[in-house]
Amino acid sequence: MSEAAIELVGINKSFGPVHANKNIDLNIKAGTIHGIVGENGAGKSTLMSILYGFYQADSGEIHVAGKPVAITSSNHAIALGIGMVHQHFMLVQNFTVLENIILGAEREALLSSSISKARSELKRLEKEYGLDVDPDSIIEDLPVGLQQRVEILKALYRGADILILDEPTGVLTPAEADHLFRILAQLRAEGKTVVLITHKLREIMAITDNVSVMRQGQIVATRKTAETTVEELAELMVGRRVLLHVEKGDARAGEVKLSVRNLTVVDSRGVKVVDDVSFDVRGGEIVGIAGVAGNGQSQLLETISGIRPAVSGTVMLDGRPIDVTGAADPGELRDRGLAHVPEDRHYVGLVLPFEEYENSILGYHDRPEYLNGPFLNIEAIRADAKKKISQYDIRPGNERLKTANFSGGNQQKIVLAREMEKDPGVLVIGQPTRGVDVGAIEFIHKRLIDMRDQGRAVLLVSVELDEIRSLSDRILVMFDGRVVGERSGEATEGELGLLMAGIDGKEAAE
Amino acid sequence: MDQAFVVLIQILDSTIRLSIPLMFACLAGLYSERAGVFDIGLEGKMLAAAFAGAAAAAVYGSAWIGLCFAVMVSVALALVHGFASITNRGNQIVSGVAINFIAAGTTVILGQAWFAQGGRTPSLSAETRFTGVHLPFAQELREVPIVGYIYYELISGHSMLVYLAFATVAFTWWVLFRTRFGLRLRAVGENPAAVDTAGISVTWLRYRAVICTGILCGFAGAYLSMGLGAGFVKDMTAGRGYIALAALIFAKWKPVPAMFACLLFGFLDAVSIRLQGSPLPIIGPVPTQLMQALPYILTVILLAGFIGKAIPPRAGGVPYVKER
Amino acid sequence: MSVPYAKLPAWADYGLIPLINVVVAFAVAGLVVLLVGESPVEAFTYLIEGAFGRGQNIAYTLYYATSFIFTGLAVAVAFHGGLFNIGGEGQAYVGGLGVALVVLALDGTFPWWVNFPLAIVGAAFMGALWAFVPAYLQARRGSHIVITTIMFNFIAASLMVYLLTTVLKPAGSMSPQTRTFLDGGQLPKLNFVFDWFGASVRSSPLNISFLLALVAAFLVWILIWRTKLGYEIRTQGFSPKAARYAGIGETRIVLVTMLISGALAGMMALNPVMGDANRLQLDFVTGAGFVGIAVALMGRSHPAGIIPAAILFGVLYQGGAEIAFMMPSISRDMIIIIQGLVILFAGALEHMFRPSLQALFASISPRSGAGEAAGQKGA
Repeated sequence: MSEAAIELVGINKSFGPVHANKNIDLNIKAGTIHGIVGENGAGKSTLMSILYGFYQADSGEIHVAGKPVAITSSNHAIALGIGMVHQHFMLVQNFTVLENIILGAEREALLSSSISKARSELKRLEKEYGLDVDPDSIIEDLPVGLQQRVEILKALYRGADILILDEPTGVLTPAEADHLFRILAQLRAEGKTVVLITHKLREIMAITDNVSVMRQGQIVATRKTAETTVEELAELMVGRRVLLHVEKGDARAGEVKLSVRNLTVVDSRGVKVVDDVSFDVRGGEIVGIAGVAGNGQSQLLETISGIRPAVSGTVMLDGRPIDVTGAADPGELRDRGLAHVPEDRHYVGLVLPFEEYENSILGYHDRPEYLNGPFLNIEAIRADAKKKISQYDIRPGNERLKTANFSGGNQQKIVLAREMEKDPGVLVIGQPTRGVDVGAIEFIHKRLIDMRDQGRAVLLVSVELDEIRSLSDRILVMFDGRVVGERSGEATEGELGLLMAGIDGKEAAE
Repeated sequence: MDQAFVVLIQILDSTIRLSIPLMFACLAGLYSERAGVFDIGLEGKMLAAAFAGAAAAAVYGSAWIGLCFAVMVSVALALVHGFASITNRGNQIVSGVAINFIAAGTTVILGQAWFAQGGRTPSLSAETRFTGVHLPFAQELREVPIVGYIYYELISGHSMLVYLAFATVAFTWWVLFRTRFGLRLRAVGENPAAVDTAGISVTWLRYRAVICTGILCGFAGAYLSMGLGAGFVKDMTAGRGYIALAALIFAKWKPVPAMFACLLFGFLDAVSIRLQGSPLPIIGPVPTQLMQALPYILTVILLAGFIGKAIPPRAGGVPYVKER
Repeated sequence: MSVPYAKLPAWADYGLIPLINVVVAFAVAGLVVLLVGESPVEAFTYLIEGAFGRGQNIAYTLYYATSFIFTGLAVAVAFHGGLFNIGGEGQAYVGGLGVALVVLALDGTFPWWVNFPLAIVGAAFMGALWAFVPAYLQARRGSHIVITTIMFNFIAASLMVYLLTTVLKPAGSMSPQTRTFLDGGQLPKLNFVFDWFGASVRSSPLNISFLLALVAAFLVWILIWRTKLGYEIRTQGFSPKAARYAGIGETRIVLVTMLISGALAGMMALNPVMGDANRLQLDFVTGAGFVGIAVALMGRSHPAGIIPAAILFGVLYQGGAEIAFMMPSISRDMIIIIQGLVILFAGALEHMFRPSLQALFASISPRSGAGEAAGQKGA
């Protein structure tokens, strides 16, 4: 049993000046579940891409089942029995389950026999691992949990003995995640080896046998899961004690600033993505919206900030309605004191080819202080950008640099500085710290608390439950487009987790 | 026989002839665009193929050699488009436009240098063209009322490339939905990353699609100069490549609807030629220029109006870059 | 994430790479010259002689460049808004109608300096009008603007043939053109400028619209980089989602951008119609609308790049006439090939030489990649 399924020796990989993997040594035992944890950008995905033949290492050796191999393509990895379930599913959305499963593994030039063979093979796999899914459904009609199952089936169909899962639970509810873990345990029982890449320590503790911690491209420790603790792993991940709780005083909630009533939004396919949602946000409080990604939070944010029209419902800003079902315009809302930090800063919140100072006025570019009649007042804009750079410690401190050349954390600070500096009465903010380095996270969290303490209303959407819990005064949980529960900021993770799965805590207790 | 019936059959007959270049070009575009490579250069490939075909047929005295040259030249241009848009991840629209200009200029320059007839190729004799072939029993059934007449006038008597075009529609459907290549082709236009992680080369797959496009554009061009016409004339494609593209969008990138869309455009073309110079009932005389512009105007209207929401292949126009 | 290349210095990015692209385009064009059995070197000599040999030739070169500055700016403005306007040819053609209508009405009444501004408005208006329909269909109906603008080129050609053979043709005339404009419809020539340099130019079509083109280039620079509208156009061009987020209406920007683009293309007509031929005739645009695509790509959509690129194509048009005269097998159509090759190498293949050039620069100065390191990390 203790034979190595995969052994990595001295793996190095650089992308230009970025050293993504440094001298990686790793031994993954056959028939175990091996966790790899690390923060975003620690090099986990690069390492796994090397293992799956997507990239070639600059140096180092890979041994699979004891034999040295050079994995030059995904094909090669598949032939060696390595299967991968990617974070973003590698599925063709308008294909059936069956078509997705045979793609790349068709046995001959004509499809008919491959399809019938796949169909019977699929039945067998279903029985063996409890992975039931209708082979003829179209992928885009399936919930994400099932789509992920198709990804696992794809790997097993190709005869994978080693299954790599990259952040598999990011899109799952806690209940779906538990189901996934049962499947993984079943796979282990059948003798398969599982590599689980995640940044969630709870999952590591729940399911893995061994765990390796990555930080800044290196493996800093490997432990038996039973012999370590969450605290130790967390410290190894960031290199120092994490600030698990943000320092903040009690909220002094004032008047209602933002009031949402019976808001309903449908997407382009006509599906209700926000379903009859009502809530208030008062000045001086942070209201957090928790939920698994894809349960309507994004659309809710976009509707409130005037980007996406609603089909019905009302939104009041400072007691005056926003025309959310008609001509709501983000520019007009900004003038009325509603600032918006969008979830996607790369394509929404920023124009990456712009110089930094140009982004520092995006959405505020029609303010008189930046204009001389129809002309831009370049001097004033640059001076203003310089001021924000020093106030928000944006690095490098050069307003003429292309925005694409700033790191994720600094890009986020550019957006925050722009949205906060006009002193908005309401701040709507999505995923404030996604892809942001630890130092910047602390800074951003502190700023949000400051805003609250100055009496502003903050509506926060995040898929990071820890972030929601440590910042929010009240927490709303969204599931399937609806707000399924409201809790205080002190709610426990378990309580919220049930709600996020669409199960009302009280009902479950009965 | 009824005069109106005869006219109708004549119009339908010319509808078929006029829609063949569109059909080849439209199916050509289908392979490329289904694989995620936009191709506005159908026009240029068709034009270059028309020239190469007519020139080679004139020099070597064989329609078949002409066809071979047409296909070769068209495939070569398709590979240039592939090199720019697949290998170098360039802007696909820009690359297509470039190919159209290169073809437009080169055909005239070479035509003038080689044949010195103002950019034309020498007119081809019947032996060096793709002339009509008579289907079995056409002659015998000619006298059978209606059915026999339709068989003789409308169905029989076209060049072999006409029948090939219709066969290509069926073949394309079969390839797309019944073969491994078709499955992968459709997949790479929707989600190239899925294809890549399945161990299939996105680059090679897209190149193969682009080569298919080249081959079919070769047929389209060859038919223009050696079937429909009898030699190459400057700019003889006259925007057919773009109209084929519009037909492809109109047909939502599906082979059989593509055939009908091309027949529709061919029909409009046939009607407008038929009506040129003759006054319309009620409206009276219509300027020939309006009739000439009609296919282009209708293309604009069709693109703007009736297609509903045409969802192009999701990865269309986007060069594939491996994400870290 | 972008491929982490070493950064190139600005002069290489904006000077060297376009230069290499153009040189390669010419080299390939040289192969075509070889293919028709002529000497590329000889052809090149005729080209330079024809374009610069005497003051007269230079004047012609600049006359052609004038048209290309307008159409190049037209394509560039659309590019900034993320739109590909291939309809410059048709917009310029219809722009000529705007010029002719103004001049035919007023050339007997007012002097040229009154009619010129009015003709500018007429040309710009008609060009913008011809761009409006494709723009509207793109913004509201989702029609592919590339296909619709191409269709509008064909429609423009038919329309102009119809008008010139019926309505605009003087009674009794056989040729499809308007009457010759009176003095009030003729723009002054710029030949006297050459006298200052001691060159004498007997007759050349170079006229005052050349100066208008330079002014237009400056105004486009102001528009794109120094006005709120330009900021909005660029935001829309780079990222439609960011524009939506910033409260910039997509429909408005698409329409306004295309109207400006069409107006610039339409103004091209002033140069040949009012500046040279002094009448509206068939096919006076002679491909200038399409040349604009190559000019905009080569000039990287910046007026400072568009002017030299337009002059280069002016050289090709004027010098090309010389080549065609000396080498009958190389007609004006050679320019269309070069145009296509420039679009290919400066547009679709613009990054082909970048990696090797970056490697070269990295080997010369190892520090040139260091600046990128901070940016790449953690992004």
